[in-house]
Amino acid sequence: MNRKMSGGYKTFNAFNILFLTILGLVMFLPFLNVIAQSFSSSAAITSGKVTFWPIEFTLINYEYVFSDASIWRSFAVSVFITAAGTLVNLVATATLAYPVSRQEYVGRRIVVLLVLVTMIFSAPLIPNFILIKNLHLMNTPWALILPGAISAFNFFVMHSFFKQLPAEVIDSARIDGCGELRIMTSMVVPLSKPVMASLGIFYAVGHWNAYMSALYYIDQPKWWPLQVKLKKMFETDDISIDPGASQFSDLAFTSPEGIKMATIIIATLPIILIYPFLQRHFVKGLTLGAVKS
Amino acid sequence: MSTKPEAAEALPPGMGRRRVKSGGIARLMWKYKALYIISLPGILYFLIFKYIPLGGSIIAFQDYNIFKGFTGSEWVGFAHFKTMFEHYDFLRILKNTVLIGLYDLVIAFPAPIILAILLNELRLVLFKRVVQTVVYMPHFLSWVVIAGMSVAILSPATGILNQLLGLFGIDPLYFLGDNRYIRSVLVGSGIWRDTGYGTILYLAALAGINPELYEAAEIDGANRWKQTLKITLPALLPTIMILFLLHIGKFLDFGFERVWVFLNALNTENGEILDTYIYRAGLLSQQYSYTTAVGLFKSVVGLVLVMAGNFFSKKTTGESLY
Repeated sequence: MNRKMSGGYKTFNAFNILFLTILGLVMFLPFLNVIAQSFSSSAAITSGKVTFWPIEFTLINYEYVFSDASIWRSFAVSVFITAAGTLVNLVATATLAYPVSRQEYVGRRIVVLLVLVTMIFSAPLIPNFILIKNLHLMNTPWALILPGAISAFNFFVMHSFFKQLPAEVIDSARIDGCGELRIMTSMVVPLSKPVMASLGIFYAVGHWNAYMSALYYIDQPKWWPLQVKLKKMFETDDISIDPGASQFSDLAFTSPEGIKMATIIIATLPIILIYPFLQRHFVKGLTLGAVKS
Repeated sequence: MSTKPEAAEALPPGMGRRRVKSGGIARLMWKYKALYIISLPGILYFLIFKYIPLGGSIIAFQDYNIFKGFTGSEWVGFAHFKTMFEHYDFLRILKNTVLIGLYDLVIAFPAPIILAILLNELRLVLFKRVVQTVVYMPHFLSWVVIAGMSVAILSPATGILNQLLGLFGIDPLYFLGDNRYIRSVLVGSGIWRDTGYGTILYLAALAGINPELYEAAEIDGANRWKQTLKITLPALLPTIMILFLLHIGKFLDFGFERVWVFLNALNTENGEILDTYIYRAGLLSQQYSYTTAVGLFKSVVGLVLVMAGNFFSKKTTGESLY
């Protein structure tokens, strides 16, 4: 890759670096603006003075968010759904993908087709809604976990990974008297740690950010995940004065912007914290998935 | 595959099957019954949560009544599909969906290809890694968060974008409260969120190009632009075609969340798409059968587009999904 640099190419290179720098800033500066607003006073925000650093630095927006029990409740719901949901996802995907990846499984083509069809043709909203209603899952966290238990795409990623596991190793375990479930838990899963990590992350981020299914299936505030709570906060301009403390009432009526920005930061913090770990895995997960097609 | 020297794998598909048959399918299934038991929950999941709703789509041909159920509701044939195309609201929303889909296809689809090529030209490894880290990030934000950030950034009074435009003497624009801008906001927010992430597959394809191709082209006197046209783009073509086919299959599926979070009374006229309409008219106003018909229409169009796209792609480039 040591191609010589012509004059024209040098100019291109300089412009390329400039362009990509600007692009990076366009992606990054909005974050900085939101962070700055969350630490600024309402007066500074409403007068439009806040750009990329806090003006009249204050923690009152965060104090407000921390003292609002309903936000904490939603945070806890989101944590539960992300943890339980990801566990269900991985177990359900692996228990279908492993047997179907084995040569000994007679109907494997039929199962693969069964999954493939759902990728190409999916049912409209209302029949799904009626199903959730008839299963009495409405207003339970399971309505956010079960309907998406296996993603067809992730099934295929895991399926193609399991197919590459050497059959003779599994056969010799069988000869040693290992049951299929034992083989799965003590051999297959440890061998597929990288793919489990990648798909686990895809599933977890999906659960944390999910808004649509909660909007469809949950109308009781006690089971609202954080994203729904956040949206409700944006819809009303005067933030509910839930905490009741007089120090906040003025803030909530004059400028709820800072409060909203602080909630955004708190809702995004878990993702930002795991991002370095995440980045290592999603590239792998995505390119793994591409190999199959 | 290379890790599996087993003869059965190397045999043509028909041979493997015959071997199974001679052993007796029933005996083979009994021997490995544990595998079927393990796979049962997953199969049930697809049957219950995917195929029952698919079957439930027949309510599009009924006047579904939640108390009478599928069996007791009256059959009306294609009546709902007819109303759909006579409905002013539907035609306006279909037009929005098609326009937004077109903007997305023309602008948002090629963006990651261009960005991947530009990133691939970088020789500064550290700079490249920093840019990649930054541009991948927005993909992991939820649409609710992105809409919330947009409200702050696009605000006519206090938003930084309008402050920036102000420096050039442009009066503040009310991006989120004006029918004229909503489609640009919808497509633009998608570009902001997903362009960086979209480069991953293209970068993987670019990494697979044999450097000797470029060296040979160099010797033949081809400049960088020529090399990009004759080597880089053809190498990306299979990836582009596959992603293009997947994209047009979702042409009418711009996405519920990413639109719903931006809609308000001032921009619904131009911003509303089929998915948000189905939610509003179906779940909120309980027109169950009618909106299921709309949903079916959307799925069928998607299927036809994928099949047509696949057919043309196979003819022209040899690439196809199946």
